[in-house]
Amino acid sequence: MSSKVLRIAGGQGFYGDTPSSIAGLLEDGIDYLCLEALAELTLAILQKDRARDESRGYTRDLPVYLKTAMPAVAAGRVKVITNAGGMNPAAAARVATETARDLGITGLRIATVLGDDLFGRLDELHAATASQLKHLDTGAEFHSAQGDPRFFAAYLGARPIVEALDAGADIVITGRVADAALFLAPLIHEFGWAWDDWDRLAAGALVGHLLECSGQTAGGNFSGDWSSIPEPWNLPYPIAEVYADGTAIITKPVKSGGRVDFDTVRHQLLYEVSDPSSYMHPDVLADFTTAQFEDLGEDRVRITGVRGKPATPTYKAVLAHHSGWSGEARAGFAWPYALEKAETTAAIFARRVAEAGYEVAEWRFEYWGVDALGGAVPMPESAGAAEPREVGLRVAWRCDDEKTAASISREMVPLMLSAPPAGHTTMGRSAGGSTELLEIWPTLVEKSFVDPGVTVTIQEV
Amino acid sequence: MRISLSELCGYRSGDKGNLVNIALFAYSEDVYELIKTVVTAERVADHFAPLVRGEVTRYEARNLLALNFVLRDALGGGGPSTLRADNLGKTFGGTLVRLEIEAPDDLVAASRRSRPDTGWARSYLASLPQS
Repeated sequence: MSSKVLRIAGGQGFYGDTPSSIAGLLEDGIDYLCLEALAELTLAILQKDRARDESRGYTRDLPVYLKTAMPAVAAGRVKVITNAGGMNPAAAARVATETARDLGITGLRIATVLGDDLFGRLDELHAATASQLKHLDTGAEFHSAQGDPRFFAAYLGARPIVEALDAGADIVITGRVADAALFLAPLIHEFGWAWDDWDRLAAGALVGHLLECSGQTAGGNFSGDWSSIPEPWNLPYPIAEVYADGTAIITKPVKSGGRVDFDTVRHQLLYEVSDPSSYMHPDVLADFTTAQFEDLGEDRVRITGVRGKPATPTYKAVLAHHSGWSGEARAGFAWPYALEKAETTAAIFARRVAEAGYEVAEWRFEYWGVDALGGAVPMPESAGAAEPREVGLRVAWRCDDEKTAASISREMVPLMLSAPPAGHTTMGRSAGGSTELLEIWPTLVEKSFVDPGVTVTIQEV
Repeated sequence: MRISLSELCGYRSGDKGNLVNIALFAYSEDVYELIKTVVTAERVADHFAPLVRGEVTRYEARNLLALNFVLRDALGGGGPSTLRADNLGKTFGGTLVRLEIEAPDDLVAASRRSRPDTGWARSYLASLPQS
C-alpha cells in the first residue's frame, strides 16, 4: 500500500447549509474541500431564480464559502470542487472570479464544467434514447408527464472534474453531477486510478456518498444514541483519509463536537440509496454490501474491501415539469376539543373556498402541536392522556391557476372571529402568495448523447 | 412479547423524487436475524398504507446489520411537488419504527435501547430569558 494519503472533506450538504463548518475543516488540514449544494428540490429553486434573472441560477451562498476557502486555495494548501453552479455554472464561475478579485487574490485557475443541461434537447432525446425518457421508477411514458418542462439535466460523473484537475484547476465549478463524483474525482486525479478499476472507483464513490451530506456522517440526523453526541451545537463535517488502494478512514476535525463511529457511518451509507448492492454512479456500480468496517476509536472508522461493477452506458437525468401552484395557511386551537375545533375549521375553510368559486385540485390537512397555547398550565385530570392539549392546523392546496392558489389563504383570516372558539390564525410561509410546484421525472440518457456536449474551460484570475 | 421497532432499532430515511427509502438498523446479530424474518416488505407496505401508494421493496445489508426499504409513490408527488409538510420523507424512519413486532423476552431484555437523556437541553433552555 502506498503511503500517500489524501484528506478530502465534505464542507456542504445542501443549499442552506452553514459555511461556518469549513473553517474547522481547513484548520484541521485537508487537500480537497468538496461542496455539495444540489438536491432535486434545489434545482427547482435555482431554475426559478434563473427564470427571473439570467445571471442567477447558482447557489448564492457560494461567495461566502469561497471567501473562507480562497486564502488557503491561493496558498496552495487546498483545492475546491463544487456543484454550486446549479443551473448556471458559468455565472457561478463569474462570481468566483469576482470574489477572488475582491480578496485581491491572483493566479487562481477556476474551471467550469458545462454540459449537464439537456433542456434544449428534450424532443431530440425523447426520440433518440433507448429509454425514450420513460420514468425511471414507474416506467411511465414521457408524454404522460403533465405540465410544461422547466429543466432537464443529466447527472454527470467524475470525468470532466478529473479533466479540470489534470489541467491544473484550483477551483472546479460544475452544474448537475452525481454528488459522489465531487469526491471521487480528486481520488482519480491524485492516485491515477483507471476508469475500469471498478473496485477502487467503487471505494471512491462510497467515500463520496459518506461525505456528501456533511453533518449526517458525524452525528447529525442520527437515530442511534443521539442524545449523547458531544457538543451537538458544534457538529463537525466529515473528512476521509484515502489511500491509493481505496482504503479509507472516515473521521472529523480534532477540535469539534460530534461523533464518527460505525453507527453514524452506516446511517449515512444507506441514505437515499435503493439497492445497496448496486449503488448507481455514472462511473461505477458500487456494491456497498461488500464494505468492511473497523471502528478504530477516537472518531475514526476504517473502510476496506469495497467491490465495484462496470458502469452503465447511461446517465441518470432528471426532468422537472410544472405540476400546479400551491398555497398554505395555518391556525392553532387550544384545549378543550382542540382537534374537533381544528377539523371543523378546516371544513369551514374548505367550504368557504368552494363557495367563493375557487377550484382546488388537491387538499392537504395536517394537525400539529405540543405546548404553544396554554404552556405548562396544568390540565385537569379528567382530560385523558390521548386528548391533545392543542392542535395546529396546517392546510395546503394545489390549484391549476396561480392567482387562485394565492387568493385562497385569505379565506382563513376571518375565521379567527367566525369559526370554532379560540382559534389563532396566521398566514402560512407563502404569506398569501403562491408557490409553483414542480414534479420530478427521473430517466436515463445514453452517455453518448451527453458527453460530446460536456466542456471544461479554465480561466485564470 | 410485543414491542415497537423504536425500542430495538435505528433508522434513517430520505427521498428520491416520489420515492422514499428507509434504512432500519439492528444493534446485534440476533436482532438483525429477527427483523430479517418478521419485518418483510409486505408488512411494511401494510404499515404505510395510509401514506404510500406504490410498492415496497426490501434489500438486505448484513455488513451494516441493516434492512433497506424502498417505498414507491410515497411522497404525494415528490419534494418540489407534494403538499405535505414533510416534503422530503425525513420522518418516514420514525414512522416505520412505530411498527410492533413479536420478540423473545430475553432478546428484548438484552437489546432494548435506552431512552434519550436530554437533561442538558432542558437545563440550557431553562437558563434563558423567556416570556
